[in-house]
Amino acid sequence: MGLVWEGIKKAVELLWTLDPEVLGITGFSLKVSILATLVSLVIGVAVGMALALNHFPGRRVLISLINTGMGLPPVVVGLFVTILLWRNGPLGFLEILYTPAALILAQTVIATPIIAGISLAAIQQLPPDLRLQILSLGASRWQMVRMLAIEARLPLMAAVMAGFGGVISEVGASIMVGGNIKGSTRVLTTATVMEAGKGNFDTAIALSLILLVLTFAVNAALTHIQQRDRPR
Amino acid sequence: MILEASGLTVRRGGVQVLDIPSLALPAGQVLALIGPNGSGKTTLLQTLASLQAPASGELRFQGRPLDSRAGTNAYRLRVTMVFQEPLLFDTTVARNLEAGLRLRGVPGPERTPRVREVASQFGIEHLLERQARKLSGGEAQRASLARAFAFRPEILFLDEPFSALDPPTREALIDDLAAALRQTRTTAVLATHDQMEALRLADLLAVMQAGRIVQTGTGAEVLNQPVNAFVAGFVGMETLLSGVVTASGQGLFRLAVGGREVESVGGPAVGDAVLVGVRPEHVTLALGPEAGARVASSARNRFQGTVRRIVPRGPFFKVELDVGFFLAAYVTPQSLEALALAPGREVVASFKATAVHCIRT
Repeated sequence: MGLVWEGIKKAVELLWTLDPEVLGITGFSLKVSILATLVSLVIGVAVGMALALNHFPGRRVLISLINTGMGLPPVVVGLFVTILLWRNGPLGFLEILYTPAALILAQTVIATPIIAGISLAAIQQLPPDLRLQILSLGASRWQMVRMLAIEARLPLMAAVMAGFGGVISEVGASIMVGGNIKGSTRVLTTATVMEAGKGNFDTAIALSLILLVLTFAVNAALTHIQQRDRPR
Repeated sequence: MILEASGLTVRRGGVQVLDIPSLALPAGQVLALIGPNGSGKTTLLQTLASLQAPASGELRFQGRPLDSRAGTNAYRLRVTMVFQEPLLFDTTVARNLEAGLRLRGVPGPERTPRVREVASQFGIEHLLERQARKLSGGEAQRASLARAFAFRPEILFLDEPFSALDPPTREALIDDLAAALRQTRTTAVLATHDQMEALRLADLLAVMQAGRIVQTGTGAEVLNQPVNAFVAGFVGMETLLSGVVTASGQGLFRLAVGGREVESVGGPAVGDAVLVGVRPEHVTLALGPEAGARVASSARNRFQGTVRRIVPRGPFFKVELDVGFFLAAYVTPQSLEALALAPGREVVASFKATAVHCIRT
């Protein structure tokens, strides 16, 4: 118990004194994950809405693929992105392996299916006649898509938060494509793994506390959205 | 005619679900599509509103065919639809009411008075700043109707707009809608399975069965002269009798039914098999012959029989009789009590020959 207690005390001290290393890692983590989430948001919402509003052959297969993608093990993503970016891999010419760009790419691959899947469900859970109601009020197809997105704004925000929550907390992909390089590709999770491995439990706990607060904030917001009244 | 349809068919999964050879909507009139669930009312409504494409056929709005995408889009800006669910947007009532105006590019300063006007028309002025999701079912449907009226559509399509509401709320809303339709002289098509609702709101009724319109006419025509047994049953002509004509002449004929003879107006030939109907509100009940049933009456049909069953029907009771054949009569609660009607009671039922409608010969 003493180890844990000491660790927590030091961790609070590190956070309280705004330890530059801890702050740096946190800031970088947020930057990478927010960017990856934003890219996933654009692709994921577009794909999710397109799947919700159109019927075409192969749609079910695509939806199954996305649902599978929502549970993609980050370490598998890490492996494939590493192979893709490897010096003589298909995208090796980009020379971005072990750079922040590789981290963003891997996290985007993880978050996109999550956001696409939840967006699809968000649009599908709107009343089926709502599309017809919007069209019958005189909307063009694009205006209808926009109005549906506005109606589904809360579940769409939930999609974004779920995507963000997925990438800020994953470690497998980040460690493989980033390599946990200090000052370059070190994020909260990879740093925690490393510090714990070195026996620096205080720093590891401090980093974990930050991750916990972020996770808690994301989940509190999700719960708030889920518990809200639905319009008639 | 503001809207005409010809040769309209809709197919779903290879099956034809709608077949409307022709339908014309006179400007300023309210047409009610009545029929049971699954008879194609909603499909017809959505096709007329150009929310779904027909497999074949043509729509003409004010004489011009809607044959291009641009034409269809322009048409959609001039008509609208109200659904069974209010389908309000997750924002304030005021923003909901101005949705159609925004989509038509009406500037803000012009929107506000229009929104106030329709809100007061539907009695929801005090709810304008309320969030739509906090409204009750009746308030939400009021808002939905007000949203449709806000941009003064030329045709209003109403798909069972009251069926999810409780009776008092529905009554009040039907009155307000009737007033709004009259005041704005908006052409409307109302789909409903409730004939009373249709009679209160519509100038014309069209009865649908299995994707086709089987009868069109005024309320009185459809209720009193149904073209077939299906329509008769649907509009509440509960007594349907089939028999053979035994005598005919001078505009009257006699029909043998269940060992009795029913007199009716009309001229089918002796020996014809005919189907006739009697509306329950046209049947009068009295106590047995000993209770002075020999009073002079113009009712050509008088039958003694037994009460089999009494079913409450809103403000009335439906009394089912066995008079040699099945006969249904509506009575008020007062009459039920005065005549001490109960199953097993002997009564005399009478109805005029003119109350017998010949459906098919």
